[in-house]
Amino acid sequence: MIVELGHFALMLALGVALVQAVAPLIGWFRHDARLMATATSAARAQFVAIVVSYLCLTWAFISKDFSVAYVAQNNYSEMPFIYRLTAVWGAHEGSMLLWVLVLAGWTFAVSVFNRRLPSDMRALVLSVLGFVSIGFLAFVLLTSDPFTRLFPVPADGSGLNPILQDPGMASHPPMLYMGYVGFSVAFAFAIAALITGRLDAAWARWARPWTTAAWVFLTLGITIGSWWSYHVLGWGGWWFWDPVENASFMPWLAGTALIHSLAVTEKRGLLKSWTVLLSILAFSLCLFGTFLVRSGVLVSVHAFASDPSRGLFVLGFIGAVVGVSLALYAWRAPRFKADGELRLWSREGFLLFNNVFLAAACGAVLLGELYPLIVNAVSTSKISVGPPYFNTVFFPLFGPLFVLLGFAGVVAWKRAQLRTIVQRLRIPLLLALVAAAVLPFALVGKTAVTAAAGGLLAVWIITTAVAELWRWVRSRNSAVAGLKSISRATWGMTLAHIGMAVCLIGISFNSAFSIERDARMAPGAVEHLSGYDFSLGEVHAAEGPNYTALIATVYVVKDGERIATLHPQKRTFRPGGQEQTDAGVAKGALRDLYVSLGNDFGNGTWGLRMYVEPLVRFIWYGGLLMFIGGGLAATDPRYRLARAARRVRVAADAAAETA
Amino acid sequence: MMTRRRRRLAAVSVLVLGVGAAAALALTAFNKNITYFYTPTDLYEQHITSHAVMDLGGLVQKGSIVHGAGMEISFIVTDCTRTIPVRYTGVLPDLFRDGQGVVATGRLNGDGSFVASRILAKHDSSYMPENVAARVKQADAEGRRNCGEFKSMQPTSASVAPLVRAEKHG
Amino acid sequence: MRYRYFIPMIVLVGIVALLAYTLNRGWSTQPEDDPTYVPSPLIGKTVPAFDLAVLATPPAEPPARFTQADLKGRPAVINFFASWCVACRDEHPFLMQLAHGDQVSIIGIDYKDTPQAARRLLGEHGDPYHLILEDPEGAMGLNWGVYGIPETYLVDAHGIVRYKQVGPMTPAAWRKHFQPLLEAAR
Repeated sequence: MIVELGHFALMLALGVALVQAVAPLIGWFRHDARLMATATSAARAQFVAIVVSYLCLTWAFISKDFSVAYVAQNNYSEMPFIYRLTAVWGAHEGSMLLWVLVLAGWTFAVSVFNRRLPSDMRALVLSVLGFVSIGFLAFVLLTSDPFTRLFPVPADGSGLNPILQDPGMASHPPMLYMGYVGFSVAFAFAIAALITGRLDAAWARWARPWTTAAWVFLTLGITIGSWWSYHVLGWGGWWFWDPVENASFMPWLAGTALIHSLAVTEKRGLLKSWTVLLSILAFSLCLFGTFLVRSGVLVSVHAFASDPSRGLFVLGFIGAVVGVSLALYAWRAPRFKADGELRLWSREGFLLFNNVFLAAACGAVLLGELYPLIVNAVSTSKISVGPPYFNTVFFPLFGPLFVLLGFAGVVAWKRAQLRTIVQRLRIPLLLALVAAAVLPFALVGKTAVTAAAGGLLAVWIITTAVAELWRWVRSRNSAVAGLKSISRATWGMTLAHIGMAVCLIGISFNSAFSIERDARMAPGAVEHLSGYDFSLGEVHAAEGPNYTALIATVYVVKDGERIATLHPQKRTFRPGGQEQTDAGVAKGALRDLYVSLGNDFGNGTWGLRMYVEPLVRFIWYGGLLMFIGGGLAATDPRYRLARAARRVRVAADAAAETA
Repeated sequence: MMTRRRRRLAAVSVLVLGVGAAAALALTAFNKNITYFYTPTDLYEQHITSHAVMDLGGLVQKGSIVHGAGMEISFIVTDCTRTIPVRYTGVLPDLFRDGQGVVATGRLNGDGSFVASRILAKHDSSYMPENVAARVKQADAEGRRNCGEFKSMQPTSASVAPLVRAEKHG
Repeated sequence: MRYRYFIPMIVLVGIVALLAYTLNRGWSTQPEDDPTYVPSPLIGKTVPAFDLAVLATPPAEPPARFTQADLKGRPAVINFFASWCVACRDEHPFLMQLAHGDQVSIIGIDYKDTPQAARRLLGEHGDPYHLILEDPEGAMGLNWGVYGIPETYLVDAHGIVRYKQVGPMTPAAWRKHFQPLLEAAR
């Protein structure tokens, strides 16, 4: 009964979504305020219906209702309670339900926080979100219904894929979806701007916190995904340029560009049509990511079961959504006039460069992603584009970006003063040069070009960011007053930039200094690796709640002192006997010691894979800092007072045209 | 003082330059860094002798796995028509075994064998790269079944079917 | 209207076309869409050797063994199943029907499963099998090239594999592939 209720609630939600999409649009055309106002209540009703639906499915998992096919396929009686909750989004159908739930959640948030938006703008934004919701609800109901019953009822389920029975993987999809779907709000604002033709500073101020919020979740999702793959996949890497990883990275790049171009649009009234285009592209790339994961077009670590009919549906949906919005863009965007002239030698000019590099990086990733498909379409050869391509293309594009980052707070809007810039950046540059020489030795005890370059850029970013804050504080009467006067958005920006730098240190140092060794070891054998002695103790069997495990004990000794005891595992899950490795990791701020258990050679010897991973944690610390920084920026009170600032900006140079 | 027109020109040319540089970068990178995928039959029929890094796909021939000293292992990759011996040193993926579909990344050796630096096997018990599947299907249709009993291919039933890698850097 | 505003649209059309093409191509090469395609090299060959314990209720001590030699003499339908296999539920009613029809005896291979779970399953939903063998490690499945249960094999009286059905057995597949071969083998 509960299950049927869930199914019914989902259909109800589709009906409500239709109202939410169509009614306000008609209302807008007819200037009918009451019709436009239905959007808000429809959005809330839809949210409630989907929450009910989602809870019903969760209930089916908790109560182990194996008469539901989806539950039977992804649940198992012995599975720990927490994984029964997360198993709801463990496979395609449920994860799509989570997707629509998150979409309804964002829509609900828009309906709550944007009450002060002009009614036409609010109605249009909710209408666009309604259209997106229709597409996904139809997708769930028509091709991926999680509520289908199964008969006869199995005695037990077949269990959640073991790779998902991990805290990291359990939290990775919801965060990623929060990010993916969050960009639908930015998208909706962009479409509303295209329809109304209204794109001013106030518009940018409404769109900014939503965009930043989506970016924040996407950042966290990617960070968790990276941490999880490091921990669980057993081969010690944190990023593989895997097609599906790229699918989440492209919206991140586009979103990062969007955040910066929105700043230009708000402060200077420039780059308007570019901002709108980026909003559309960021969301399109999110849809594209969904398509890639679910269509089986690309072979990947994370690929869902390939199902061409689903792939076709999503592709058709992408074609419709993006096609209509780009057509709208081609029709309406030429009317957006810049409020002035863009000089390259100014903050907006530097932000333009930031956008060029980010967009180029995004395009390069997209090209690498599609290139195998292109080759396969025009010839019979089959190729893959691996990490070497992405590394060679990506870092030359990101290098200049990091250099630009140092100028973030220093270069003035409208026109930069060379003297001020030189004056303010002298000391950071000096410090960065010193850091390039010293930092690798200080942190790892040796040096390499990659690490020195990474250190140089990172310290450059950090010192310029901190110096800017410091200058601000000093300009006030007291330090307290100074610190107080710094806006939350500024704190956020500074933290996020520092996060980027910390991440950069992690990436450059780890790629320069991480060491790996595979060895066949008998108990008692010792391997020397970069000053650490790894020795194998015993390997014993153990029982988990729904798996049996082989657990090895590995001792790590440095300078005659035991510094870590690791327990890498190889788990065999019931039912079905799928195997899963779980690495043993001794975490450290400056280095991780990492061991995964490989194959059993049978005569008491084991394959072991050992790593010394310097500074790898910095990568995720950096991601966390960006998350916190973005969170601060998105919640800046300035955005809440948007009403006060609704004056239409008077263009400084009204005569300027984009022709 | 530049005129507006000239400033625009400068802005546009900088953008074009940036995008052009990026494109050039991408194209050079493609030239050097794409990996071609071959089955043993492809290697034979197309007379591939290149020593570039490539992906070799096929099935592990039954009974061909030989463990050497330390982490060394050798086995034969087949697509039911041609075979090629493969050598690899390192930890193997969990489900690497007889009859399993594998993709080995590495280089052709002068002696006609293949030295792998990375082995991929599907975690699910049913992985076969598309090209290999086509070869096997063809071999099957022509009545050549010299693979012995192997695991056939099938799109996976599990929701997430991860590839398991074994990778040896450097 | 300015043309450059159409560039994103053109790029989109190209990408969508590329993806649609790839999707369509991948689709047509997937064997699941071709119901007559049987990618098993076993067809026409002697069955791979096996030696498994018979699942008896109540459990016998020691359990009886069953090998490929015991298959000889009459055609057999061999069905791989498990208590944890969800798709096996789909074919279960039809297998029951076949068992009642009495025209064939089905041998069930309990794949990567425990005897207790299998007994519980068959106790609840009925037992269509003439004989059940235990393959707890999936060794027989590996040798037979099983890649996802349920799978059903038709073996003739000489121990030669004649047909392999991947996925749940359906009345249509039974009529089309199993019945003619069974009658011919009789």
